[in-house]
Amino acid sequence: MYAQMVKAEGARPREEMTPEERAFQDRIDRGEKIEPKEWMPEGYRKTLIRQIGQHAHSEIVGQLPEGNWITRAPTLERKQILLAKVQDEAGHGLYLYSAAETLGVSRDELLALLHSGRMKYSSIFNYPTLNWADIGAVGWLVDGAAIMNQVQLQKTSYGPYSRAMIRICKEESFHQRQGYDILMKMCLQGTQAQKDMAQDALNRFWYPSLMMFGPSDKDSVHSAQSMQWKIKINTNDELRQKFVDQTVPQAEYLGLTIPDPDLKWNADKGGYDFSEPDWSEFFEVISGNGPCNEERLGARVKAWEDGAWFREGLMAHARKAESRRAERTAAE
Amino acid sequence: MAEAATAVDRAAFFDWLCRMGDSCLVLGHRVSEWCGHAPVLEEDIALANQALDLIGQCQFWLSLAGEVEGRGRSADDLAYLRDAAQFRNLLLVERPNGDFGHTLMRQFLFDAFHFEMLRALEGSADPRVAAIAAKAGKEVAYHLERSADLVIALGDGSTESHDRMAAALRALWPYTGEMFADDAVDRAMAAAGIAPLPSGLKPAWAATVAEVLAAATLDHPGEVWQHGVSGAGGGRRGVHSEHLGYILAEMQFLQRAYPGAVW
Amino acid sequence: MSSEWPLWEVFIRGQHGLNHRHVGSLHAPDAELAIRHARDVYTRRNEGVSIWVVRSNDITASSPSDKGPLFEPSNSKVYRHPTFFDIPDEVGHM
Repeated sequence: MYAQMVKAEGARPREEMTPEERAFQDRIDRGEKIEPKEWMPEGYRKTLIRQIGQHAHSEIVGQLPEGNWITRAPTLERKQILLAKVQDEAGHGLYLYSAAETLGVSRDELLALLHSGRMKYSSIFNYPTLNWADIGAVGWLVDGAAIMNQVQLQKTSYGPYSRAMIRICKEESFHQRQGYDILMKMCLQGTQAQKDMAQDALNRFWYPSLMMFGPSDKDSVHSAQSMQWKIKINTNDELRQKFVDQTVPQAEYLGLTIPDPDLKWNADKGGYDFSEPDWSEFFEVISGNGPCNEERLGARVKAWEDGAWFREGLMAHARKAESRRAERTAAE
Repeated sequence: MAEAATAVDRAAFFDWLCRMGDSCLVLGHRVSEWCGHAPVLEEDIALANQALDLIGQCQFWLSLAGEVEGRGRSADDLAYLRDAAQFRNLLLVERPNGDFGHTLMRQFLFDAFHFEMLRALEGSADPRVAAIAAKAGKEVAYHLERSADLVIALGDGSTESHDRMAAALRALWPYTGEMFADDAVDRAMAAAGIAPLPSGLKPAWAATVAEVLAAATLDHPGEVWQHGVSGAGGGRRGVHSEHLGYILAEMQFLQRAYPGAVW
Repeated sequence: MSSEWPLWEVFIRGQHGLNHRHVGSLHAPDAELAIRHARDVYTRRNEGVSIWVVRSNDITASSPSDKGPLFEPSNSKVYRHPTFFDIPDEVGHM
């Protein structure tokens, strides 16, 4: 997902917990929200910083593949919709960084970790957007997968994270629809060339979208700990299954073919059987070898470095204005 | 009112509306190039708002242009299917983004003009023009407040931010004269009561600019050679810099590569 | 000197005359820009008509350990809530 393979710290059985830890776990189990200045296990805090930070980084790196088409959007209205959507992603990054900041880490520190490669962002944004239908596919599949994850995260145990997710979910409701709307136009009213573009986009984005949920975590201790703390609510496999079940009929409606010959309805489990993505590709992409890793991170670093003088200049002005005010007050 | 609009030369009115719409479109395009690349998240979001305002305004102006022209062309047709020589935007707005200081200075110099223009247009004899101006005026008042304050803060800020703003001002100043050069189209609009003569907006613009530059501790560039004013050149007359061709190549690519497709 | 912009808390009053409500936070070099950023970040969907900003550092918060003494006493004051009183239906709306 936007936070893939987040390492959780300090899993331990109840009987080994300190009284404080036990009381904390009881609060979580009762469904209480944990708020910023309250006592929390160090592992909980660190895991949250990793997860929220990665989630925030994914939002701002996620601006890039779609931003790539803002200047090429085919109509003025599509341009506005896309711009508004990519802007929302910046906003969502901002909300999430703010949530992380309540845990005692600053946004600049988190960005430094992203820029130096010590923190990750979602693997999906390392894939290129090559044609206009990709913008549709990103909205439909990538946002669709993200929303599936984020809806459950509204119930996450950490108050500021949960509130950020509630706001994000409310704002994101149009994102998936705008993507699907692009594809409806191309597939249902478009020319053969446009339909081909849409199929091509689905072919390229299908497996990377499935990878967004992360590898199976049914045996992962990290996931078990995160679920015990209600930082994570569903397993990766549960969400992936739900995503496939939701997406297949949507593809059929568009007249597109999911690029998986083994995809078929399984009446017993009430869901589709489908092929696993190539996990070796996933591990390569997440460790820096995806088709666009260099461009994406490079663009973020460049924006940050080129903007340093601007941030410092405004800060210098604020300090000057402050001391001028102080002088005036002193003179009175 | 309605007679005023019909009495005016249709071609001139169309041209003038394209001038308004194209400047919004091209500047909106430039500003949107920052999306995902601005120096700080809050600015990224603010710039996207500004680009959205400008593209929205362009839709109003170009829709009205299509209506006035009477050949059934929509705002999209005008934006996506005209070549550079038919574009009527100011040279200033097609200048490349440069560093963030260039972008902000370009914005400020244009906003200060745009604000005066829209304020005057609220009293237009054509009610459609007045209505667009009233809506856009509120947006642009905010743009101007924002860009003026940022120019002041950065001019006053650090040595580096001051020097960068000074460089941006020097580079962009020769493109400000075009905003106030009256020509036959402007005179026809003014005679019909539709729009003010651009030259009439200059004193108010110059006062705003002088005030902001002083607060920003930036030296006023004074009188320098101005592009697009003399001879046959100038964006408003369809003679552009090389930059516009690239902007359009990018912007119009899908419409050109797949003629007649719906999106 | 650090060039990291300070953190501000943003409060917005919406269209319907309710109190200003905390909506989130953001970074800005000074109060004026914090207001502007708040406008651009937190009212993209026409959410507000009035904005307050305050530096996060200037907020004094109640301590979580005081939660009991501060808030539990009001739990027992049920008479402050209208549902405490039984009013007969015949009386009509009250």
